[in-house]
Amino acid sequence: MASTSVIDELKKSQILELLEQGKRVDGRTLDEPRKLIIEINAIPKANGSARVRLGDTEVICGVKIQPDRPFPDMGDKGIFICTAELLPFSHPSVETGPPGPDVIELARVVDRGIRESHMIDLTQLVIQKNKSVVGVFADNVVVDYDGNLFDACAYAATAAILTAKTPKWEMKDDVPTLVEGGESHVPTTTIPVSVTMGKIGNYIVVDPNGDEWASMDARITITTDSNGNICALQKGGNGGFTFDEVIKCGELSVKVGSKVREMLKQAKERGQ
Amino acid sequence: MGGRDATLVLLDENGIRCDGRKVDEPRRIMIKAGGLKNADGSAYIEFGDNKILVGVFGPRDVHPKHMSNTDTGILRVRYHMEPFSVTERKNPAPSRREIEISKVIKEALEPAVMLEKFPRTAVDVYIEVLQADGGTRCAALSAASVALADAGIPMRDMVAACAAGKAADTIILDVNNEEDQAGQADMPIGYMPSLEKITLLQLDGVLTPAEYKKCVETGIHGCKIVYELQKKALTDKYFGNGEK
Repeated sequence: MASTSVIDELKKSQILELLEQGKRVDGRTLDEPRKLIIEINAIPKANGSARVRLGDTEVICGVKIQPDRPFPDMGDKGIFICTAELLPFSHPSVETGPPGPDVIELARVVDRGIRESHMIDLTQLVIQKNKSVVGVFADNVVVDYDGNLFDACAYAATAAILTAKTPKWEMKDDVPTLVEGGESHVPTTTIPVSVTMGKIGNYIVVDPNGDEWASMDARITITTDSNGNICALQKGGNGGFTFDEVIKCGELSVKVGSKVREMLKQAKERGQ
Repeated sequence: MGGRDATLVLLDENGIRCDGRKVDEPRRIMIKAGGLKNADGSAYIEFGDNKILVGVFGPRDVHPKHMSNTDTGILRVRYHMEPFSVTERKNPAPSRREIEISKVIKEALEPAVMLEKFPRTAVDVYIEVLQADGGTRCAALSAASVALADAGIPMRDMVAACAAGKAADTIILDVNNEEDQAGQADMPIGYMPSLEKITLLQLDGVLTPAEYKKCVETGIHGCKIVYELQKKALTDKYFGNGEK
């Protein structure tokens, strides 16, 4: 991810020193995410959209909904695709061109969290079995970078989907045809929340900011659903986690996730 | 882009356009300087229903190195539309249209930017169209000028841009999406008002010589309106909240 420019070794040791006193560079507690602001309907032309600020990280997600051909082995299900991209002005190190491995991982992790939670009831998005289904495309763009894009993108995509309205199509002469006035909310079953934690030394910090992101040895992203179940997980970075740490991270993700879920619920209500 | 409505009346008997404007009236324009934390300079513009963010970096090292010029700095512009910016989802990969617009915007800005002061460096302008509704290149160019100024890059003037065109046999200012689709001509103009130089000019559609002249005049009139808003955006950021 926009692998932050060469971080000062001094900064890194300062971060670690503070952690030893139970503090973080920006004054948060270890299990405290940054301030989250969710603005919905930022892009009225999209079927659903959200602009999310997680501290100084900013992401816009637009959801486009349109008829598509189903995947060959899933003719009775709609399509969901989630992407993520770093806009070139999001950080000085970002270059245009095809995405690198970090960005591809980001997009796939965000996609997986939402997909695996079965947030969208894809069985309700069939126009004609094996022939035509509804496709939901959630495209994330990172506007400003300050660490932890995984969660910012996931929250933006989730908020955009929760508030998205899908048009209605019916098959007429073998073509999906728009039915006027048939708009409805995208059928959802749960609210997935991703929580990313970084490991710096022997400390686990929730929602690492840009400096922490550049200093950490490893990270773990865990997505939980409304029932408090874990539905997706991704470990990254070249350090490792102990078993206890992995369990602790699981607990943290449920605890922190439930608070974030409340904010997503409020965003959904604002979109009603 | 966008559906076409066969019953659309572009200009009614009272000279009012399909979105309620008069023939010489631009859409609502809001320009904000700054806003991005990481970029050296940035700007956000809402031009009617267009929403565009611009970020600028530089002058900075050139990568790849062979692009650098020992005599002058170089300007690089990327115009890009988000997949969700238009009615039908757009493929995120740069299209031929986007590559062309990047080039015309770059060539429109080059005369304004004093690149010769920074040999062997690059100034990168990144334009991201969040929502498009006709006239994005003009809105993008106007915002890019503000972002360059916000980045503190020495400039001879700012480039202001606005389109003029023809719909229902009438010359109109600031062509919107419907008028672009169903109208007769679209002429985007980029103009440096203090230096009185046109730096971007394109046209598609048929105009008589008289209409052509009127069209350019109308466009320049629009650019001057935009110019005032560009200056206001910078004054607001650097001299307090619109007190000046």
